[in-house]
Amino acid sequence: MEALGLLLYGFKVLLTWKILALMMVGLVLGIFVGVLPGLGGPNGVAILLPLTFTMDPTSAIVMLSCIYWGALFGGAITSILFNIPGEAWSVATTFDGYPMAQQGKAAEALTAAFTSSFIGSLVAVLLITFLSPSVASFALKFGPPEFFAVYFLTFCSFVGLGREEKHKTIISMTLGLLLAGVGMDTVSGQLRMTFGSSDLMRGINFLVAVIGLFGISEILLTMEERLALRGHAARISLSVVLKVWKELPQYWVTLVRSSAIGCWLGITPGGAIAASFMGYNLAKRFAKDKDSFGKGRIEGVFAPETAAHASGTAALLPMLALGIPGSGTAAILLGGLMVWGLNPGPLLFVEHKNFVWGLIASMYLGNVVGLVLVLTTVPFFAAVLRVPFAAIAPMIVVSCAIGAYAIQNAMFDIWLMLLFGVVGYGFKKIGIPLAPFTLALVLGNRAEDAFRLSMIGSGGDMRVFWSNGLVGSITTLAIVLLFWPLLSKAVSLLRRHPAQ
Amino acid sequence: MQKSEDEIVVEDPGAPTGDSPPVTTNRAVDVVVSLLLLALAALLAFDNWRTGMSWDSTGPQAGYFPFYLSVILGGACLYGIGKEFLARKQPAETFVTRAQLYRVLQVFFPTLLFCLLMQWLGLYVASFLLIAGFMVFIGRIAAWKSLLTALVFSVAMFVTFQIAFDVIMPKGPLEALLGY
Repeated sequence: MEALGLLLYGFKVLLTWKILALMMVGLVLGIFVGVLPGLGGPNGVAILLPLTFTMDPTSAIVMLSCIYWGALFGGAITSILFNIPGEAWSVATTFDGYPMAQQGKAAEALTAAFTSSFIGSLVAVLLITFLSPSVASFALKFGPPEFFAVYFLTFCSFVGLGREEKHKTIISMTLGLLLAGVGMDTVSGQLRMTFGSSDLMRGINFLVAVIGLFGISEILLTMEERLALRGHAARISLSVVLKVWKELPQYWVTLVRSSAIGCWLGITPGGAIAASFMGYNLAKRFAKDKDSFGKGRIEGVFAPETAAHASGTAALLPMLALGIPGSGTAAILLGGLMVWGLNPGPLLFVEHKNFVWGLIASMYLGNVVGLVLVLTTVPFFAAVLRVPFAAIAPMIVVSCAIGAYAIQNAMFDIWLMLLFGVVGYGFKKIGIPLAPFTLALVLGNRAEDAFRLSMIGSGGDMRVFWSNGLVGSITTLAIVLLFWPLLSKAVSLLRRHPAQ
Repeated sequence: MQKSEDEIVVEDPGAPTGDSPPVTTNRAVDVVVSLLLLALAALLAFDNWRTGMSWDSTGPQAGYFPFYLSVILGGACLYGIGKEFLARKQPAETFVTRAQLYRVLQVFFPTLLFCLLMQWLGLYVASFLLIAGFMVFIGRIAAWKSLLTALVFSVAMFVTFQIAFDVIMPKGPLEALLGY
């Protein structure tokens, strides 16, 4: 039970007035971000990241992760009250949540959503607490070939398992990897792809790209839509909360199933969006009266919310233990770690105990405080939607600009942000996914370094990636995943035409 | 704007209408983006070939990885162009309607102007102008509300970043006048 001791240590790091205050600020900002149209988890974290540049890493990550929890909670409010999913992973929550609100049961639906979010994250945090130290200590034995194989696996699973068109995923990923390589080559010290520009010599900053891709482009996309809305106000009373909580045990199968799906899809790059739909669909499939789904059934709120939150939280496990983010937001948090001077990866658990266990403890505390906060302040946050978008849009633009400039104090980065905003707008509309780009941009240099160090170690022999059972199976799995769409097509063809 | 105790209604008078004519299709944009990326891939491939893309005694040279990545990028773009070419007879989705494009440009141009002005006026003054201008001219919100909101927000940002967190932002004549 070493983990428990360390967790207590984490709470001790956490329990200072300063960090608790930052936590509240983070949660409130996060719920705002989740409720507002045109902003969401990754955007909010990206835009607010510069606030943390002058903080110490522990305070910074606690505040940022609380923004993330807040955004996860906030997404449910607009889905249920307004039938507008604030986040893609809240879409499944609208199926039964909005009908409930129409039947005058908005308070029940919101309580169900918040409670199940809490349960989902709690399960994932428990998993992180007890699993990540062992994953990290196992990964401490990794050399460059193992790390490269794991990076390779991450990239390949995006191509093989993503739902987007394959060539578009490949475009997005290679572009990210290429842009990560701009500037000084870390191994040889040579300049690459700079075309004589001194601004490009510094390289393309990951966070600048993210602020443009997620912040600015989201504003452009939101403006295209009709922003009128009509919804229900809600106030949650204690009796409603207790009533919903009393019903909770009878849905334990759904909760457990959704948590498991969420944890799995969070650790692998499947993501919260897939998890929420899968949680919902499975709950529906196993229900006795399938037809009552979509008409305001409370289980239809429990299932997707639990899965989405379990997944959103579990995505932090590979980021902490291996330095590989399981989601877009985790990738941005990883970018933050580098800004604060930490080197993500298994060594974090050894070298920065304060940081890691403070963060894990903050996940427990942040979720409890977040739950109480949203249950008590829903009317206030629902009212935020009355603020016209014409006031919010320019404020978001200003926040983006502050964020982009603060990173390196360069005007060039402001123009880059604007360019990435336009690129992100176009990419989203023609279906080029942004998550692989983000991941490639943040991991590109580390993957290349790992590859080249492996090559230096082996004298240029590619067989190093099959030199032992571990690295060999990871590499093989990666290649299988890469060609998975072709393989599954071939298998189904063979089944249809048995060998003659 | 609130209609009753339990209903929240927000209007959007300037919303794009549904019957606006399309400006272009997803297919056209897809092909243009692919061509641009193809050109970028060619440029980067050339630059990396110049840097050195072969394999020496210590493993791959600096240009090795990016060179092959550009080749893959170019290949994926060509595949995409080919695919869209084969599907050219099928109906394509609308990329953006004229009304939508108008709304998008309503944010894009002010943002561009804000970035330009920031260089001479400093970030905080430019942000005051952006927020006030956007709220008055595009949001059609009462002038006093807009000016007040913009002022409060800009001052809050200044206090947060300049005074509390010591984050350096582009500054202009007004900040100089105030002694910052």
